[in-house]
Order: sequence, then C-alpha cells, then structure tokens
Amino acid sequence: MTIKETFPVKADDMTTAGDVSARIKRQMKQLGVPASVVRRVSVGTYEAEINLVIHSDGGRIDYEITPEKIIIRVVDVGPGIPDLKKAMTEGWSTASNEVRNMGFGAGMGLPNMKRNADEFDIKSEVGVGTDITMIFNI
Amino acid sequence: MSGEERYFHSVRLEADKCRGCTNCLKRCPTDAIRIRNNRATIIRQNCIDCGECVRICPHHAKVAVTDPLSVIQDFEYKIALPAPALYTQFPQVHRSDKIIASLYKLGFDEVFEVARAAEVVSYAISKTLINEDRPRPVISSACPAVVRLIQQKYPSLLENVIDIVSPMEAAARIAKEEFSKKHGVPVEKIGAFFISPCAAKLSDVRNPIGIQKSSVDGVIAIKDVYTQIQSFVKGEFSPLEIDRASTVGVRWAVPSGEAEAVGMRHTLCVDGIENVKHALEQIEDNRFDRLDYVELLACSNGCLGGPLTVENGYVAKSRLNAILRHTPGRMVQRTEIFENAHEKFRMTEEIEPNDAQQLTGSMMERILKAARIDEIEASMPGLDCGSCGSPSCRALARDIVNGFATEMNCIFKLNERISTLASEMVSLGASTRFSVGGNRESIGDDDILSKKED
Repeated sequence: MTIKETFPVKADDMTTAGDVSARIKRQMKQLGVPASVVRRVSVGTYEAEINLVIHSDGGRIDYEITPEKIIIRVVDVGPGIPDLKKAMTEGWSTASNEVRNMGFGAGMGLPNMKRNADEFDIKSEVGVGTDITMIFNI
Repeated sequence: MSGEERYFHSVRLEADKCRGCTNCLKRCPTDAIRIRNNRATIIRQNCIDCGECVRICPHHAKVAVTDPLSVIQDFEYKIALPAPALYTQFPQVHRSDKIIASLYKLGFDEVFEVARAAEVVSYAISKTLINEDRPRPVISSACPAVVRLIQQKYPSLLENVIDIVSPMEAAARIAKEEFSKKHGVPVEKIGAFFISPCAAKLSDVRNPIGIQKSSVDGVIAIKDVYTQIQSFVKGEFSPLEIDRASTVGVRWAVPSGEAEAVGMRHTLCVDGIENVKHALEQIEDNRFDRLDYVELLACSNGCLGGPLTVENGYVAKSRLNAILRHTPGRMVQRTEIFENAHEKFRMTEEIEPNDAQQLTGSMMERILKAARIDEIEASMPGLDCGSCGSPSCRALARDIVNGFATEMNCIFKLNERISTLASEMVSLGASTRFSVGGNRESIGDDDILSKKED
C-alpha cells in the first residue's frame, strides 16, 4: 500500500510556487513521518519545485509514500542542463538578477537536494528535459 | 503527570452561552474545535490556548480562565509581576511608576517588573547565540501559544526553539530571591503573581514547558484588575524605591522589541497566529536560514493584543511610545542579576513534540487511513463551510476516518442522500399495485418490482 500522487508545476508562476511541497509536507505530518525526515523532504521538494518554476519550461512532481520510504520524482519538459557537473556545484547559478533579488538563485538548489536526500539521481538532456529522483528513507 | 494536568487549559467553553455557530470553528489555528449537538467542544490535546476563539466568539462563550485577585491571600508575602503591556492600558497615563504604585495599593508587598527579567532573558539569549552553534534561525520561546503550536504542527523546528525560560518565569525566580534576601523570609512564604495580558500563561504555569515546575504562583488577568488600578492611578503616591526596567525590557511588550533586545544582526518578528503559521512553514523549507533570530507572537500587536487586555492593541502600541519617553533609556538595574544568566535561566527539560495532528496505528494503517481521507475529501463539496461541525471538508474526512463523524454530517451529502431516497420512495410508491391513483401502465420495463412479477 502506498500513497501516490502527481502534480503539474507551471513555469514562471511564483504565486503557486511551493504549493506542491506544502501539500506533500502536510501528508507526511499527518502520517507521522519522523520530524527530521519531514524536514529533509520539505527542503528537497521545495528546492525542486522552485527550480521547476524558475529554470524549466514546466513539469511535474510525483511523490510516493510507502511504509519504508518517500520517493520524489521531478520531471520537466526542458530546456535541460548543459553542464550537469557545474550545476551540481554549490554557488553556481544561471538565475536572472530579477530572481536573485527575490532571494532565490543562490546556486544551492541541486546541491541542497542531493545533500538532503538519501538517494539522488539526476539525468538531463538539452532540448529534452531533466529528470530527478530523490529517495528518503523513513 | 496525569492526563488531566497535561492538557490543562485556560481556554474554556461556557456551554450555556454557546449557540453552536461556526465562528470559533473556522478561526482555530490547530483545528481544535468541533461543533457537536449544537455546542462547541474543544479537543484538549489540540488546543494551544492562543485565545483566538475567545476574541472571535460573538456570544462570549469562550473564556480564558485566570486566577482571581484573592489568590494572593494564599501567601504571607505577595509579589506582583506586571507584564509591560499593563502600562499601556490606561488613557492619559504615560508613566509606568504610577501604575506600579497602584499595584501596592491592590495589596501586593512588592512589585517586580517582568520587563526587568526581559532584560536578563535578552542577555541570556544573545549570550547563547554567540557562544553556541544552534540551528538557524533560532526561534523565541517567549510566546507560550507559539511554542505549543510548534510542538504540534512543526515538531522538526523544536531544535530551533531557544531553551531559555520566559521573562515571566525568570521574573518570579529573581523577585522571590531578592525579596527573600532583603526581608530574610523563606522563599516558600512568598507568592509571585503574573499580571497577564495573555490567555496561555495560566496553562503555561500549570503545565510548564521546558521546566519541571513554574515559580509563578498565580496568573491574574489585566482586565480583572483594570478598574481598581484605574481608580488608584489618579491618587497620590510616594516615589518608588525599587530597581526599574529600562526601555530595553519594556519594549518586549511590542512586536520586534524582543528581537531588538537580543541584538543579533539578522532578526525578524512576525505577529498574528496565521502569519506565524505561514512563517513556520517557510522556516521548515529553509527559506529563512540566513536569519539569526525569529520572534514569533501569536497575537497581532504581540502581548499588547493579548485577549486579557482592555485597551485596543493599536492604541496601546502608540501609548507605549509616550511611556518609553518616561522610562530610562539604558539599563539601570544592578548588574549581578545578569551573571551567568544563560546558565541560570536555561530550560532543564526537553520540549517534546505533541502528536495530536497525526493518524494512529502502524505505518501501513496510517497510509491506508490517509488514502481514505484523500478519497473522502475529493468527494466533498470543498466549500469548507463548517456546517458539519468540523472546520473544513478535509477535517471532516479525517473525523470520518477516525470514527468521530459520518458522511451524513455534511449537509450537501445529506441533501443528496435525501433526494435519492425521496425519488426511490416515489418510484417505490408508484410501483406497488395498491398505490392510490397509481397508473400501472406508466411503470416501465426496467421496474424491478414488475419484473419480479413476470
């Protein structure tokens, strides 16, 4: 038995940014997932959601909760990351000044996701999109 | 600790005044209220004593219980601990010494300003922040409703809550120690009584968080001593011979006063319970991780907006500015009380999470329940009208899964069901051979009863 849901995330829409991670967080708290795991999933999912809004052409977040783990999959439809190694470096960011002024784009997104997840996998192809999987053990 | 004590609440319902409306239901930040049998009920494990329902109830059915002034007679020596919010309550009174003098006339032997202890607590907090590496942002523990909110809805942030006692608690300890030394009387014979703007403080004294036992012996509502103080305040009084608080401590009464007193570089203050919830959500997502210290206040306008105050919170805030002009700008109290404050006023007990918001059973059972809640919620009208007696469609779905309600509590579901039943009854009536005025020919081939007859 698992709980599985999928949510679309629109590009450039800052008004709804954070809604999906808030929803996943609410579900985890209701289930009594340990507080430290809730915290890590929240941080990772929020970063991923903001990334979709700021950097992607739109995408979706799937989440699955089983008694053992929480799986977050973040898939977008482009534009893809040209240099994945650089993007995984702390402080490196392609965010515009406008976005930075809002307090985002510090270049911590992907490294933060990786740091918070127990398992982290990223695939990206320019012109196709990015596909991230984060697994958190309960 | 018995269950009874553990969930002691100052916020109560006076059932005979309750009309069963949905005002409090919709306002409660922890979904602690249900309307059952036309009366509100408070779920004890969920209530955080924030006093939102006390403020909103048009029938004054929600009350915050405090101690009567007569409670001070239980002790031989009586010390008043006025919250700085008290100073702002009286029109045309811009001097706190007049108000303090009035407290002696109320029957207290000594007055110790909580604002003095606030200075000590501010020092203890900043010392802790400078000396120790704590997860940022560090969150204030001064507002008891906020700490209870975090225990229940944001348990992952308990490690951010500063483990220094509140100014009220510190005031009681320092005041008793000072009085005992000065007059050579045993501490057990001294009672310390908080003069409170806050609905949560009585619960905080009876069921303290982070300490074994509170040194405060009673909590008296500002509104309960208001008229008496107002009559005394006009009279003559002799100059006070006590150490006084400075603007640093008195400013704790207003939002940002605490954050400023703590004196860290990156601070933030949020007041009003819904704003506080929003901020805590963001802190959980690490959106405030560049901040050092966050002051969170359940009441809008902070303690000046407390449910036990008399004056409008905004008026009180502007009056405080006048009062501050008559208050020493630099700390004037003796320096010994700051010594080792960060050790002396450290909490001794862990702040435990409260699992009131969680489903029960094994993880598998919880997942099944959660899936069922989602399913029921999706079938609900989504108006969050509260007519069912639960605060939202989602809360009703939870109540159904937990066995506290049925789908028929929803008036829309009930209406649907009645319509279905009514049309079933009509067709049932029409299908019987004994139906009065019934037309047998009108019964179609799909009629179950006529098919059976065939």
